[in-house]
Amino acid sequence: MHLTLEFAGGAELLFGKQKLQTIDLPDNNTSWTIRTLLIWIRENLLRERPELFIQGDSVRPGILVLVNDTDWELLDGLNYQLKENDNILFVSTLHGG
Amino acid sequence: MPSATCVSCNGQRPAALVRPKTSEPYCKQCFFDAFEREIHETIVKEQLFKPGETIAVAASGGKDSTVLAHVLKLLNERHSYGLKLVLLSIDEGITGYRDDSLETVKRNQQQYELPLIILTYKELYGWSMDEIVKAVGRKNNCTFCGVFRRQALDRGAMKLSVNKIATGHNADDIAETILMNILRGDIARLKRCTLIMTGDESDDSEGSIIPRCKPLKYAYEKEIVLYAFYKRLDYFSTECLYSPNAYRGNIRTYIKDLERLRPSSIIDIIHSGEQLLVKQSTKMPVQRVCERCSYCSSMPICKACLLIEGLNKGVPKLGIGKTERYRKEMQKKDECCSDQSLCHCMKEKLTVNEHN
Repeated sequence: MHLTLEFAGGAELLFGKQKLQTIDLPDNNTSWTIRTLLIWIRENLLRERPELFIQGDSVRPGILVLVNDTDWELLDGLNYQLKENDNILFVSTLHGG
Repeated sequence: MPSATCVSCNGQRPAALVRPKTSEPYCKQCFFDAFEREIHETIVKEQLFKPGETIAVAASGGKDSTVLAHVLKLLNERHSYGLKLVLLSIDEGITGYRDDSLETVKRNQQQYELPLIILTYKELYGWSMDEIVKAVGRKNNCTFCGVFRRQALDRGAMKLSVNKIATGHNADDIAETILMNILRGDIARLKRCTLIMTGDESDDSEGSIIPRCKPLKYAYEKEIVLYAFYKRLDYFSTECLYSPNAYRGNIRTYIKDLERLRPSSIIDIIHSGEQLLVKQSTKMPVQRVCERCSYCSSMPICKACLLIEGLNKGVPKLGIGKTERYRKEMQKKDECCSDQSLCHCMKEKLTVNEHN
């Protein structure tokens, strides 16, 4: 499954300062959710200090998640089923100016 | 799953976000309207500005001050506040940190067509943060930075002869500060930190302070970030290279944890803080004017002057911890002109970089 991931508001600092990444998730016969995407991100993309991005099975509180510009709280959060070409934005509110 | 529709326009448009204050789904347009309207209502209700005033927007290039500058400019035009707005930035002199955010402020200056003044620690105090860190190490450097920044805004505001400073403190920041002051037992700050305006006629502290206000006091950080994102505002986010700031960091994390469980916690903490009444018998520091630099202080010699004295004398620990004895000594022999300290005569020599 092809996805675009965006990291902003300081979250990109944990991903080698890369703000935009396109990824292809393997077809493993089960549907992908944000929950399983986060596990994939931790294993494949997260460069440093994973605890600053992931806590438990979710993102760290203070990091907002938008799916195609829509707040994930409207989309069942972790259980949102990813679709082909979705754009997932992780934006940190924790960083200063 | 079917996505929710906006509660504000009765489902005309699909919702884009959940507002943390109310947990209601809003579309982008209704969110913009509500966000701007609420800030306007705060400004009117709290009488933050008077027509004809010049307001310095403390601008760091970060999300809060960028949204503040954008919204104030917009509301000033929309509701004819009659304000003259200027951007005021402080350059602490931290290579690789402030450089980039100041570039953002310079772009904001173009985008919003507002005058910009940048003041550096180096010109104000004779020391940049990089130099201070070299001298004091990484343990107490945040004390220097915090004390200097507070005064730097006042000094900049005086240079610009503005009537007021507006800062981008948001609801999350204020809830955080309330909890921090409770945990530290700092009653004087606990009382002041909930005020939306300090240093004006209603504030009983003395001293020649330029009033400060926080128009985003009731705006959630989540909404500020989403507003900036949806409006594609140009802001810079970073974490200070020198500061893990452990104590505040813990409280910050705690508040974000609470917010996830119950988003209204943030506004509830502010409400609790606002309702606190300090006992009459509680001893509070009296605000006065520093004998050296004549900026406001709760002591005869202000913390900034003490810290500078320490730096210049090669004993940077001077202003940290118990300082009573040294303050008295300084008062006795006020040799401010002998070094690069802040003093009355130095104040005149300060130069300002103006970018127009």
